[in-house]
Amino acid sequence: MNLALRHHGTWVIVLSFIFGFMLNIMPLPTWASPWRPNWVAMVLIYWCIAIPQRIGVATGWSVGIINDVLNNTLLGQHALSLCIVSYISVRLHLRIRLFPKFQQAISIFGLVIINQLLNAWIYSIFTDFQIHWSVIFPAITSMILWPWLFVILRDMRRTHRVF
Amino acid sequence: MKFSIIDGRALTLKMIMFVLLSITLIISDTKFGYLVTVRTYLLGIVYPLQYLVDMPIRTGQWLSKSAISRNQLLSENDRLHKENLQLQFELQKFEHVKYENKRLRDLLSSSEEVRERVQVAEVLAVDLDQSKRNILINKGKNSGVFINQPVIDAKGVIGQVTQVGLFSSVVMLITDPAHELPVQVVRTGLRTIAKGMGTINRLSLLYLSNTGLNTGIKVGDLIVTSGIGQKFPKGYPVGTVIEVTPDIGKPYAQVHSLPRAALERNREVLLVWEIPPTPTIINN
Repeated sequence: MNLALRHHGTWVIVLSFIFGFMLNIMPLPTWASPWRPNWVAMVLIYWCIAIPQRIGVATGWSVGIINDVLNNTLLGQHALSLCIVSYISVRLHLRIRLFPKFQQAISIFGLVIINQLLNAWIYSIFTDFQIHWSVIFPAITSMILWPWLFVILRDMRRTHRVF
Repeated sequence: MKFSIIDGRALTLKMIMFVLLSITLIISDTKFGYLVTVRTYLLGIVYPLQYLVDMPIRTGQWLSKSAISRNQLLSENDRLHKENLQLQFELQKFEHVKYENKRLRDLLSSSEEVRERVQVAEVLAVDLDQSKRNILINKGKNSGVFINQPVIDAKGVIGQVTQVGLFSSVVMLITDPAHELPVQVVRTGLRTIAKGMGTINRLSLLYLSNTGLNTGIKVGDLIVTSGIGQKFPKGYPVGTVIEVTPDIGKPYAQVHSLPRAALERNREVLLVWEIPPTPTIINN
């Protein structure tokens, strides 16, 4: 019985990730480009705290590999950072769930910063990339947009009964 | 009930495993280049996503093209007609020069002539990593694109292919900070290297000594690919020199150039294949 229930609403999860990827590669004006929220990380964190029994480190890693190919970064770079982010969010999912939205947004800020810094750090080891303040801009916009994304994804999860 | 779903220790183990796997991947990607074919197929898998993102923009362009007024079409037609006439006129002279060149080469019995084949590729409106200058084009392994293939447009050199996917490939622009292109000043034959600076429309010409500035290079000079390095065919225009600053404190002068090609503005680019010269038998 449990097994039959396990795979419910997979398409909702897949679709949310597809939208995340699309928003991540959508062309933006040059000034807005450094401020692009990290949609993929946000969607991943949401599913990690909502259904940690299904979405976890393995999903984070595969999503990261796709992100690497889409962004033309080193293969494994986003995979590593998103894998660690999903690990932390699965570990803390009970706590983050209980937070009010404002406090949740702050934890998202922290998680996205971890993701951005890990990325920038790996990238600067292997290429001549200079770490700049702009690597944390996405964390700020992600924090601001989190409550809306949270509400949308929660409603999606409830109406399509994803668990 | 939900307290015991996640087994913390197993999760940590899994995480460590995936982190090690990622590190292995990163190192084999950067140091050994084993993953070129893997990336080819992965790029093929994500192509639908990139296509979807590009589609609204493509549709918008198509709509604006089909809603264009008759007057505009007529004037554009007129302009193209004039341009064509001009080009035909120049081609006449070019034909003559080509024959003359061939005759002179025959006299010198040197057969250096390399011919090229080009194919049009479209640029997909997709943002890649912002810290680099890359574009995505819609031709890949299925069209015979290869790594390090030169990419040009109607005005000059754009860059070279760095990643090949099944149906798409990533082109590094000449303005990327990691890109260096061997070039030559047309007027004097002075050879240098054009390095990208990471800004949109600027190239830096390296290794030009302060003393050589008087004779070798000046503002307004055209620079073309020199063919050294074997990756780019010889003689494609790269840019014009816009700034020459002698720097007494350093061994080399600061010389900047403006790329000729519309690097981040064009929708269509040309992929270049070199056709290897057929060995000609010199008679007479």
